[in-house]
Amino acid sequence: MTTTVTTDPGTDRSSRGTSRGSGGARRGMPRIPDRIRRGGLPYLLLLPAVLLELLIHLIPMIVGIVMSFRQLTQFFISNWGAAPWTGLENYEIAVDFDAPIGEALLHSFFVTCVFTFFAVGLAWLFGVTAAIMLQESFRGRGFLRALFLVPYALPVYAAVITWAFMFQRDNGLVNHVLHDQLGITDQPSFWLIGDNSIYALIVVSVWKGWPFAFLMLMAALQNIPRELYEAAAIDGAGVRQQIRRITMPSLRPVNQVLVLVLFLWTFNDFNTPYVLFGKAAPADADLISIHIYQSSFVTWNFGTGSAMSVLLLLFLLVVTAVYLFLTSRGRKGSHA
Amino acid sequence: MRHLRAAAAITLALSVAAGVTGCGGGTSSDGGSNESPRTLTYWASNQGPSIEADKKILTPELKKFEKETGIKVKLEVVPWADLLNRILAATTSGQGPDVLNIGNTWSASLQATGALLPWDDENFEAIGGRDRFIDSAVASAGKEGEPPAAVPLYSLSYALYYNKKMFADAGITAPPATWDQLVEDGRKLSKDGKWALGAEGSNLSNNIHQTFVLGQQHGADFFDEEGKADFTSDGAVAAVKQYVDFMAKDKIVAPGNAEYAQNQSLTDFAKGRTAMVLWQAAATTFAAQGMKPEDWGVAPVPVPAGAPGAGKQTNSMVAGINMAVFRNTRNIDGAKKFVKFMTSDEEQKILCKTYGSIPPVKAAQSDPAFAAPELKVLRDTLATSAAPLPQVPNESQFETAVGTAVKELFADAAAGTPVTTESVRARLEKAQQTMQG
Repeated sequence: MTTTVTTDPGTDRSSRGTSRGSGGARRGMPRIPDRIRRGGLPYLLLLPAVLLELLIHLIPMIVGIVMSFRQLTQFFISNWGAAPWTGLENYEIAVDFDAPIGEALLHSFFVTCVFTFFAVGLAWLFGVTAAIMLQESFRGRGFLRALFLVPYALPVYAAVITWAFMFQRDNGLVNHVLHDQLGITDQPSFWLIGDNSIYALIVVSVWKGWPFAFLMLMAALQNIPRELYEAAAIDGAGVRQQIRRITMPSLRPVNQVLVLVLFLWTFNDFNTPYVLFGKAAPADADLISIHIYQSSFVTWNFGTGSAMSVLLLLFLLVVTAVYLFLTSRGRKGSHA
Repeated sequence: MRHLRAAAAITLALSVAAGVTGCGGGTSSDGGSNESPRTLTYWASNQGPSIEADKKILTPELKKFEKETGIKVKLEVVPWADLLNRILAATTSGQGPDVLNIGNTWSASLQATGALLPWDDENFEAIGGRDRFIDSAVASAGKEGEPPAAVPLYSLSYALYYNKKMFADAGITAPPATWDQLVEDGRKLSKDGKWALGAEGSNLSNNIHQTFVLGQQHGADFFDEEGKADFTSDGAVAAVKQYVDFMAKDKIVAPGNAEYAQNQSLTDFAKGRTAMVLWQAAATTFAAQGMKPEDWGVAPVPVPAGAPGAGKQTNSMVAGINMAVFRNTRNIDGAKKFVKFMTSDEEQKILCKTYGSIPPVKAAQSDPAFAAPELKVLRDTLATSAAPLPQVPNESQFETAVGTAVKELFADAAAGTPVTTESVRARLEKAQQTMQG
């Protein structure tokens, strides 16, 4: 420890010397070759970030990829370096859609696509609606803004477990309202098992996700010059036209990032289904994240689970790349 | 700022080093070291009505151990739902507790990982010898022919708990001894919003325990002699169907039970909403929920005909909690001392009395407290008509695969979708095909 502490001020001094200007070298006092000092400093400053990035993202990812080529079961998990290589076998198992494991993976992929479409779509819709409605100043606006952020501020586990209680068939609030008070359903419905589970999942996901959209869009709305609206109003544009012609185009850059982020988060969401349904989600709400978790940690086939994770990663990378390509092209087009 | 950067650099260097050394995973030596002889970490499974209750029960005992040996035990009570995951994560990273509880049905699966200290003769000697324990309890602590992966701590078996008043009101004079009687009584009891039998349809382990016993009664083991999955035999299908039919066909289990997984069926029983429940050592939970001991009775789990006994009249799995030591513990001697303390005659009496379980230590069983009616049923069952779940490395996969199939069938039953022999077989077929390795 002492060594590092004493070394550090030295590093600090030298970097300060360098940062004070490359002119110092020309004045004829180079101790360490100035070229290295000057060229090395940015890299030195980047080093912690690079190391952390390696440690947090890249190393686990590489480990995951290595695992996907091994037959990693309970016999090897405490010394997984000894697990035998299996080449592409885990991938073949994962994509053999005629066999139960591949078929189940494909099913969960489709379930996840449907879930993501509705969860992201609704979260965005609520976010943008609330952001626009809270744009004008009115009494209680601050309170509402704070209130809308509550789902975002609550710890995920606490929030989702509360939803799980509310969705219980016999004692839950949801059935109490829908069945007992409003009489919408003929009999109390199951929300945590069976066909309805996907609706429960979407509701919780939207509830959890829309405040983020709201927050981002609210910030973006602040940047639209008021003059644009005033000019439009003078030209006779109504509220709808203003939203269509001014608000939405101005929000476009934020929306592009927002939708991408929401898509990635939702597609990979693990906490919501896990807390809501436990380790065996109903078939209708069997999201791919839970499915991969089950393959790895529940059936103890870490190799197959890793292969599925790598496939998911590739899919998301491709989707992201295509999305970014399309949106950036669209942006360039609009600027031209 | 300078110090901050220095600290960050050190942390980073250390974590990189830890990451690199950790990559090899686990240790291959036979036992841990004594690097940290004054402390132990202990993961206790949640045994009592709540985690807080467990802490309250165990803390004075741990203090006693500290006073005797000078070793401080850091306790963490882990809920059942998380325990296997936590153990698995600890196994993968090599960063686990020194001593931990495991469910005895997981013994063979965890044994296969090689992360737990094998209890060979030498290690057993350090805690007073293997002979101190009941054979069936040691047999359910690992694969036959290999040193057990753990030491039995609390033994349990299933029994039928029934509400005396509800039985009397329905004109039933004695608890059912056969399944036919249970269904017949069940129909009398299931009325006016009340139900005969409680189930935990979304609790995978519980589903397995119930269907395994029914499977034994139908002559099915769920694994063949080579340890390969055999979930679709006629006996296995009949067992699963019989269990789900309590809801689907016999209508003696409330449909809402299909989504139960957090012991809600015990709450229903304690509140007088259901008349019977099949459970292991439920007394403390009933008491915690305000039910008086005289309100409920206990009887052996029903069998197809006649009286419980070995073979097809098996009426419980050998349930229980074992104590294991992580192989790479940093206090191997202390860990063994702690296991010796927890399995001592004295502690066994104290802990098993509190938890309502049966001591797997022979000498402790003679205490009069274990001759109470409830414990007598559990003890007799354990001694004469209980079978251990298959001690195969795939056991935990089996619990998940078949437990999930039963959960899905309960969901069908609750939704009014017919549960047929074909639909049961199809689900079990699917479960079997997901078993790899």
